[in-house]
Amino acid sequence: MGRLILRRGGTGGLLVLASTLLLFLAGEMMPGDFASKLLGASATPETVEALRLSRGLDASPVARYLGWLGGLLHGDLGLSLTNGREIGALIASRLGNTLLLAGLAAAVAVPLALALGTLAAIFRDSWIDRAVLVLTMVTVATPEFFFAYVAIAVLAVELNWLPSISIPRPGMSVWEVLQVLVLPVLTLVVTSTAHVARMTRASIVAAMDQDYVGTAMLKGLPPGRIVLRHILPNVAAPVSAVVVMTLADIVVGLIIVETIFAYPGMGQLMVDSVAKRDITVVQACGLIFAATYIFLNMAADMLAIAFNPRLRTAR
Amino acid sequence: MSLHDLAAPPLGAPGLARLPVLAAAAFCLACLAAAVAAPLLAPHDPADLVALPWQPPGDGFLLGTDQLGRDMLSRIIWGARVSIGLSAAITALAFAVGVPAGMAAAVLGGWADQAMSRAVDLFMALPPLILALLALSVTGTSLVTLTLVAAFLAALRVFRLSRALGLDLATRDFVDIARLRGEGTLRIAACEILPNAAGPLIAEAGLRFVFAFLFVASLSFLGLGVQPPMADWGGMVRENAGALNYGGIAPLVPAAAIALLAISVNLLGDRAAGGRTSR
Repeated sequence: MGRLILRRGGTGGLLVLASTLLLFLAGEMMPGDFASKLLGASATPETVEALRLSRGLDASPVARYLGWLGGLLHGDLGLSLTNGREIGALIASRLGNTLLLAGLAAAVAVPLALALGTLAAIFRDSWIDRAVLVLTMVTVATPEFFFAYVAIAVLAVELNWLPSISIPRPGMSVWEVLQVLVLPVLTLVVTSTAHVARMTRASIVAAMDQDYVGTAMLKGLPPGRIVLRHILPNVAAPVSAVVVMTLADIVVGLIIVETIFAYPGMGQLMVDSVAKRDITVVQACGLIFAATYIFLNMAADMLAIAFNPRLRTAR
Repeated sequence: MSLHDLAAPPLGAPGLARLPVLAAAAFCLACLAAAVAAPLLAPHDPADLVALPWQPPGDGFLLGTDQLGRDMLSRIIWGARVSIGLSAAITALAFAVGVPAGMAAAVLGGWADQAMSRAVDLFMALPPLILALLALSVTGTSLVTLTLVAAFLAALRVFRLSRALGLDLATRDFVDIARLRGEGTLRIAACEILPNAAGPLIAEAGLRFVFAFLFVASLSFLGLGVQPPMADWGGMVRENAGALNYGGIAPLVPAAAIALLAISVNLLGDRAAGGRTSR
């Protein structure tokens, strides 16, 4: 098992490395020269040249790629192409915001999805099951902005309970920050629960057809106890994997949700930077998103291997 | 399969179970008609300023007016052409590349299969939206880039499915027999394997269409997709977002159209694939 998990970890590392190469190559494909773009049209050739030398831009692409990688490892993300600021400082203030939003969304979405999926499986074919099925079918195909705007129209404008844009300011109390975060968290929760709920239901329903469940029923155990004590431990593997994959979805869903609510996080920074064609910031944000996504998917596979003995020897 | 078969209720379900499928089919047909016959169906020119901005629905304008005072219904109808046309083009492109590549990987095997499959693994390990944002920041907002990136992303999944179908079908007896008849690899792929893979590929086309449709809508919503004066439904949501602050519902009209079409196509695809996939 250890070897398989290590191998999956190695693949994850390789994927992150490959994505740095992809991001670097994208930067190379940008037309124009970094130094003259950063300094603007009024810069003299001497200052452009000096910047090129000081940032190592005259080196070969291979040397620059390695230099960029080395910088990343030391936490140096480089300079923004449009305003010349340190990208590290630009991101630092936003990373915390994004983690807060993602963490809250996951803390609500995961238990909710597990509960819905389990309920639907226990009361299979009842109205609860149908309601969950319809709900997941609708939410899985609906874009984030639809829910967000319905929520804004009702909760923010009509009822005036919550703010329609979500900008936490310094000096706000914890209660005020939470209030600001309700709508973006709600949007992320609604759009991310469907997969986990469906997978939980499907796994439990499949486990219900196993012999040990029949034995438990013949012993006269109540259905709730059979699900909690006999079935749930056996569906831990697929469900925990899909939970972690959903965290990866939340990370990417953030990009759109932050833009909707003008929330000052990494996703909004990335979208703004794409519009401004600030490739160095796009590279840094893209790497953080991609690495998180790859890492979470890797963790999902590792969990699946650790939970399921049958996966340990396969392949 | 006829519409009647699609709408047949699952065993033991009440007759009402048919209703959502019929509604989904009707909505899909209406959107398709809007896309095809936009100039005939739209009551106003989509660029004409016909009333004050953000008029509520009713009163001569069935869905109200947009942020400049243009007729929302007419813009939805013309927007259907952009949204659906673009998504259909992306899906077609993805299949035109993905199916031959996947079949080739299955038939050729060896290093060619390895190289293609590992490359696909790499790109599928990255979040799709990040790849699109990266490409768009290199070229600037461009419909060509968006179409190519979305088609590429959809083609990855089509490749995987085609390769798996190809590998499975290549071991069947009728392929061996064709080989014994002396048919070439290309002919076997086109005449023996492809027709037998058609069912799953058609089901996949529905899924890829919804992916492309939502992907384009999201990027247009972010301001990185279809640019004004051209408008797709995602772009219309963005343009009208400000109405919410004045108690209007203008952005909800195109947003609801997007959600309804995606749900409808999924529902029809699900039923065509033989009922609820979760069972």
